[in-house]
Amino acid sequence: MTGIVAIYIFMLAAFTGYEVISRVPVILHTPLMSGSNFVHGIVLVGAMAALGAASSPLEKAIGFVGVLLAAGNAVGGYAVTERMLEMFKASGARRPGGGAGGSAAAGKH
Amino acid sequence: MSSLFNAALGIQASYLVTAFLFIVGLKRMSSPVTARSGILWAGAGMVIATLASFFFPGMSNLPLILIAIVIGGAIAWISGRRVPMTAIPQMIALYNGMGGGAAAAIAAVELYRGGNAQTAAGALAVLGGIIGAVSFSGSLIAFGKLQGLIQRSLRFPGQNLLNLLILLAVLVLGATLIAALSAGASLVTAFFVVALLLGITMTLPIGGADMPVVISLYNAFTGLAVAFEGFAIGNAVMIVAGMIVGSAGTLLTQLMAKAMNRSLGNVLFSGFGDTGKAAAAGDVKGSLKPIEAADVAVMMAFAQSVIVVPGYGMAVAQAQHKVWELCQLLIERGVRVRFAIHPVAGRMPGHMNVLLAEAGVPYDLIADLDEINGEFENADVALIIGANDVVNPVARNDKSSPIYGMPILNADKAKNVIVIKRGQGAGFSGIENALFYLDNTRMLYGDGQAAASALISAVKAV
Repeated sequence: MTGIVAIYIFMLAAFTGYEVISRVPVILHTPLMSGSNFVHGIVLVGAMAALGAASSPLEKAIGFVGVLLAAGNAVGGYAVTERMLEMFKASGARRPGGGAGGSAAAGKH
Repeated sequence: MSSLFNAALGIQASYLVTAFLFIVGLKRMSSPVTARSGILWAGAGMVIATLASFFFPGMSNLPLILIAIVIGGAIAWISGRRVPMTAIPQMIALYNGMGGGAAAAIAAVELYRGGNAQTAAGALAVLGGIIGAVSFSGSLIAFGKLQGLIQRSLRFPGQNLLNLLILLAVLVLGATLIAALSAGASLVTAFFVVALLLGITMTLPIGGADMPVVISLYNAFTGLAVAFEGFAIGNAVMIVAGMIVGSAGTLLTQLMAKAMNRSLGNVLFSGFGDTGKAAAAGDVKGSLKPIEAADVAVMMAFAQSVIVVPGYGMAVAQAQHKVWELCQLLIERGVRVRFAIHPVAGRMPGHMNVLLAEAGVPYDLIADLDEINGEFENADVALIIGANDVVNPVARNDKSSPIYGMPILNADKAKNVIVIKRGQGAGFSGIENALFYLDNTRMLYGDGQAAASALISAVKAV
């Protein structure tokens, strides 16, 4: 990839991120931050490539930690985002007067 | 590594699909109606990209990769499913730190191997390494603070100067690495140690109240680090996804800082408590006037309009279910009940909405600051539960206060203000609250959940 093409990609992606987020209501800020946190979990594919190309024990060790952390980012980010957004949906389709609807699933900590 | 980019067309095609799914997913997540499907779209993209990456030509260590994914994924999945909703902000910090750490690890593998000769790629690998490492250690500190593992904010004179020196040291080490990419392993190690140190010293002085802004900033940092590492190893989907998060995260950070009336520089370079100590010791006049639950119940039961102002304290006490039960009783009696949400109620913008949604409160009863602020004057009762700084009138008139200028909910304009509070201490930020001393304010002391329960039985008895 030539440098100038990469800079175009950087620029267009930056505008895309800005546009996608810019009209978000405050109620979705936390889920959206969590969602964007999940999206940069894509670092997993880079970590896999790094570990896949590692040869010395030190490189392997660092690469292993990298893949482990990246998988944690992706999976954890997905888990909490999905949980939050599911609750939003449940509250929209809530039974009339049913206050404890969402609490049973979310209270099992 | 750049040969990778031309090698497997199939992998590139699946990355393209993933980038598309991420963008559509994020777009859908920005509207309440489609939000739930948005994360599914993005999740599908992640699965596709991960599966495709196993087929890189010449991949070794496949068993190691699989083991690392299974361990990291399993731990994160279990913790992510179990964490209580109140602790979501620190979990986001933790997962975000992991992403930053992974980006730094990619840079480390490249640099220890001796890197590649392309200076642009090498420079971005180094830059991504710094940002990723700072995001990693900084996010861990943020997690520790919000989780209550780190209680104090470490501040001392000359702190900004020290941080500046550490930053310079990282940049010098980084520049040395770029100039001579085959430099020794000890230089690489020193580089990462100092970068990690920078994240720690940058984050330690920042008070708990400012943490959401910092987490959001580090979220953007990790995005940038991922984009830079993507460039360094010639991975287009990392560039696109990382850059999108980098700019979206920067925008979210600005929105949050604006909601708190804090500039980003202010959050990062001035300790929140520095001026707060003076104001906390200062000049709030009047006395705290206690009230009993039975009296509050009568007041609310015969009110026309009640506005509930919930804060993070309500969620800590797990009182949101009881508060909603109380409100339902009032609604049955014909009282108009609404919830007023400050942009930074909870620990992040939108956090309180998540917590109320968890308790089953419908959206149409929840109003944000702009919608509700004109209506406090007509409210018979403003019930403050677990909120503090966001209803503190000193933000309007006391220029010496650290929260001066922050938009607040005008709860003090209500005919009666009831504050449910555990004790007489100051709030999360340590600032004395003038609202508590007003003539129309009464204090209902007690744990949030117990107080709400007492109110429920008292309202039933009215």
